Amino acid sequence: MSRGTKLLGVVIGVAAIAALIAAYVVFLTHGPTPYRPAANGTTVNLKLQTVAAVGPKLSPNENWVSYLVDENGTWKRSTVWTLPANATVHVTVLNYDGQSGLRNPFLAQARGIVGRQFTLNGKAMSSINPDEASHTFAIPDFNVIVPIHGIADDAKNQCEFAPCDPSMAHDTITFTFRTGKKGHYRWQCFVPCAAGFVYGFGGPMQTIGYMDGFINVV
Amino acid sequence: MWSKYGHGARVAALTTIGTIIALPFVIFWLGPNMPPGKSTNVGDSQVFDNTVLLIVMTPFTVFILVYVLYAVFVFRADVNEPLRDGAHIRGHMPSQIAWLAITTVTVIFLAIFGSAELLSSGAGGGQGPHPIAKEKNALPIQVIGQQWEFTYRYPTYGGVETAQLVLPVDQPIAFHVTSLDAIHSFWAYELGVKADANPGVDNVAYVTVKKTRSFQIRCAELCGLWHGYMFDTGQVVSSSQFTSWIHQQQKLYAGSMKYLPPYATSYTPDPTFRAG
Repeated sequence: MSRGTKLLGVVIGVAAIAALIAAYVVFLTHGPTPYRPAANGTTVNLKLQTVAAVGPKLSPNENWVSYLVDENGTWKRSTVWTLPANATVHVTVLNYDGQSGLRNPFLAQARGIVGRQFTLNGKAMSSINPDEASHTFAIPDFNVIVPIHGIADDAKNQCEFAPCDPSMAHDTITFTFRTGKKGHYRWQCFVPCAAGFVYGFGGPMQTIGYMDGFINVV
Repeated sequence: MWSKYGHGARVAALTTIGTIIALPFVIFWLGPNMPPGKSTNVGDSQVFDNTVLLIVMTPFTVFILVYVLYAVFVFRADVNEPLRDGAHIRGHMPSQIAWLAITTVTVIFLAIFGSAELLSSGAGGGQGPHPIAKEKNALPIQVIGQQWEFTYRYPTYGGVETAQLVLPVDQPIAFHVTSLDAIHSFWAYELGVKADANPGVDNVAYVTVKKTRSFQIRCAELCGLWHGYMFDTGQVVSSSQFTSWIHQQQKLYAGSMKYLPPYATSYTPDPTFRAG
């Protein structure tokens, strides 16, 4: 084999390995496509659903608890959203999940939202009984936290798998927050709601796409 | 003149000269500018300790540098010169005595100095679940780590819990650090305070901040998905501003007060319905 052929072989081999490494890195760092709800000026409506089990249609981890987002009438398991800066975001959460309880009762009081109050099934409130919390919606960088009240254990017509139908037992929570300046912010649930994991904080609590996500403020 | 002295004497002389030149730089510039700065009493102690350690290590550092450079230049062999061994120092009594004496004195000094500092209220004695030196009249503030946020309770003010850390200036503070879930670590770098937050443990750290300022708070223990986002900014304010702020917090978080457990050194959260 000539020296030129050997050199060509080495170059092709190195290039192939480099391409494989690059593809691997791109695959690893490729996050979910952010959902960008339609904005009316600086006002955005965000409709969410929290479910006890995400179901086989939306995830291979069908028993994991999860947030879902209403993308133009279809419930998607996406927790990375793009929102405009200095916008007013009206959030509606339909919670079909039961009560898990907060480890820290302090987090049962809402903070950082417009008017310091949210509504639970139409009733204005600033806090709930921490033992009745199902989840929280929290953006710590905005000092936003809203407790999500859970449905009672004996509620009738409970949703087994997502996406859940509005005719099933649920609580409706609404609140409004402001996004502030541009940036990349995390949001999370503070309730140890991951069934079957140590301290309820494994699995869906440690995986983006279920009970955690990002808000890209642009 | 230089050639009549042996290698050892030359290296010793160069080391002494280098140390004399370096020490003022270490004592007056490098040491005082070591982290974490002097804005708190414990930060001051840590800067002092770091400066003393730098002073101790200066002659050793200079000796190593001098020896390496001396060897490179003096013991360099010509390309055509045959390889030959250097002078052996095994059994050289003056070298052995000097080595034993210097290292013994250094180690004993560090042991005594370190113990004294640990026993004082400075860089070590005022920290841990059972601090040796307790700060009198300290304002207790409980730091509660949880995935993934620090919250703060002020037992002197009815046990109100807040999401922000605000401290009064010139007031001794007793941080009581604990956790509700995993192991976190409360690290207020600019204050010179770092205390692990362990579930069921009351880890105490004292500090007095000498001027109003803001400071960064970070979790320094890998604690899960959002560990990298577990940071915050604290404020040191005047006494009157602090009083005003804490009363505002008492009103703001009155809604959560009825649900908070009585203040305790640590907590065992009950609602873990789904914990596996």
